[in-house]
Amino acid sequence: MTRRRWTAAPSLLLAALTAGCGALPAALDPAGPQAARVAVLWWWFLGVCAVVYLLVVGALAWAAWRGRRRGARRGSPQSAAPPAWADDPPELSADPARERRLALAVAGAAGATVLILIGLLVGSVITGDALAGARPEAELTIHITGRQWWWEVEYPGEMASERVITANEIHLPVGAIVHLEMTSADVIHSFWVPRLHGKIDLVPGRTTHHWLAAERPGVFTGQCAEFCGHQHAHMGLLVVAEPPERFAAWLAAQRRSAAAPDTAAEARGLEVFLDSSCVLCHAIRGTPAGGRTAPDLTHVASRATLAAGTLANTPGHLGGWILDSQGVKPGNRMPPNALSGEELQALLAYLESLR
Amino acid sequence: MKAAALLLVLALAACDREERAFRALPPGADASPAQQLSPLVPGPARPDPRVRNPYGANAYGIAEGKRLYVWYNCVGCHAHGGGGMGPPLLDEKWIYGSHPEEIFASIAEGRPNGMPAFGHRVPPDQIWKITAYVQSMSGRVRGDAAPGRADSMHSLKPELLREARPVEGDPGVMPR
Repeated sequence: MTRRRWTAAPSLLLAALTAGCGALPAALDPAGPQAARVAVLWWWFLGVCAVVYLLVVGALAWAAWRGRRRGARRGSPQSAAPPAWADDPPELSADPARERRLALAVAGAAGATVLILIGLLVGSVITGDALAGARPEAELTIHITGRQWWWEVEYPGEMASERVITANEIHLPVGAIVHLEMTSADVIHSFWVPRLHGKIDLVPGRTTHHWLAAERPGVFTGQCAEFCGHQHAHMGLLVVAEPPERFAAWLAAQRRSAAAPDTAAEARGLEVFLDSSCVLCHAIRGTPAGGRTAPDLTHVASRATLAAGTLANTPGHLGGWILDSQGVKPGNRMPPNALSGEELQALLAYLESLR
Repeated sequence: MKAAALLLVLALAACDREERAFRALPPGADASPAQQLSPLVPGPARPDPRVRNPYGANAYGIAEGKRLYVWYNCVGCHAHGGGGMGPPLLDEKWIYGSHPEEIFASIAEGRPNGMPAFGHRVPPDQIWKITAYVQSMSGRVRGDAAPGRADSMHSLKPELLREARPVEGDPGVMPR
């Protein structure tokens, strides 16, 4: 039994070590120029630090091995008592030439450390400088507001009617340089999509400018990277990079006001929405609901997730979220809603029609 | 020994203040107090129907009330307590009573000459939180639970530093 446990241990260790080998961490699998630069910097750091580490460990091992051999020459290694040279340590400065060699080696190592650190610092500053700020040639501007605990995303238009407000989902055309204007409505958040760019803080009362671009189509997950309260861990978002024509179609669809209810159930759902707590915080363009403190629901059914990446957007999840959001994401700002079965079904029918 | 006992008392006293009950009221629970609009009742005297605010001594509840006070645009008429289109909430004068359940009724059922009824929109639990915040504006909550800071800029003293006033029927007021 014991024997089997012992043979199992190395294979378990191996499994644990290789578990992460299937794919690289997201930040090392860049899908945009910013993340690519961050990844290059990361590999440089890893390489330089690995070489330094191996050199230091090698020097240490060599010193230990040499000290041991010298000790063996001086005394009996078999004796259980402390070796003979413990009472008579080798003199450090017997030989001035040797002392000079040692001083040179120590000074050389200290100098190399300073040079390497300065080199890494310069690389880091150059990378940071290339990534930060705004780019004049940006084709698209997106405003992002961090809120406890979701992201408000706004595509400003030339006219008010062209403005799109959505939540927790950023669509952008592949290859386009996108200008981000970011702020926070409450506490400091940090916007981070590891496959596209590095972390950028969102500070209340301040606008942060940043740019990013996606080089290939795909759906990239993002996450708040600055602890911001109870549900910080459930403050995710999706970045959907798609071909320009698909992006244009998406933007055009989002610009439309909410579809008028088609069926009696949907009409009843709108009535429930306007008569209950929903309307105090949520907006649906094209209806009297105009709250600005919670996610805009004009096209809620077109989104992939609910509650900032917490749940897949299905009618079941949406129903559960409306009735008892505090059970899903304790501490979030949405109160539980006491709706009857009939009201809930009508409300769901209406919300699911908001594509 | 004395110090340990004191610490224990302090630790226990702080429990109510710090509790964050996110699901305090399950959906459908009715937390509205019974309304009595006149002290005149037929028959023998009834027990005092006055209730305590469940968030009167709870720092999180009062802070949430402070947030909702802005979110639900109470500031639109009452400003940050100084009043405007609506009456001020900082002073001693209460047109419809300063008891927690009277403030609750003012929010839930509205009052003549302008105060709308929010009872069908705002869940009772949130009305209690807003009530607790309104109490705190004129120093009618425990000093250790009153908010000490604001998210928005205004020139008033934080609720924590305002003059304490007793809450009738609520022994929870602490000197500050």
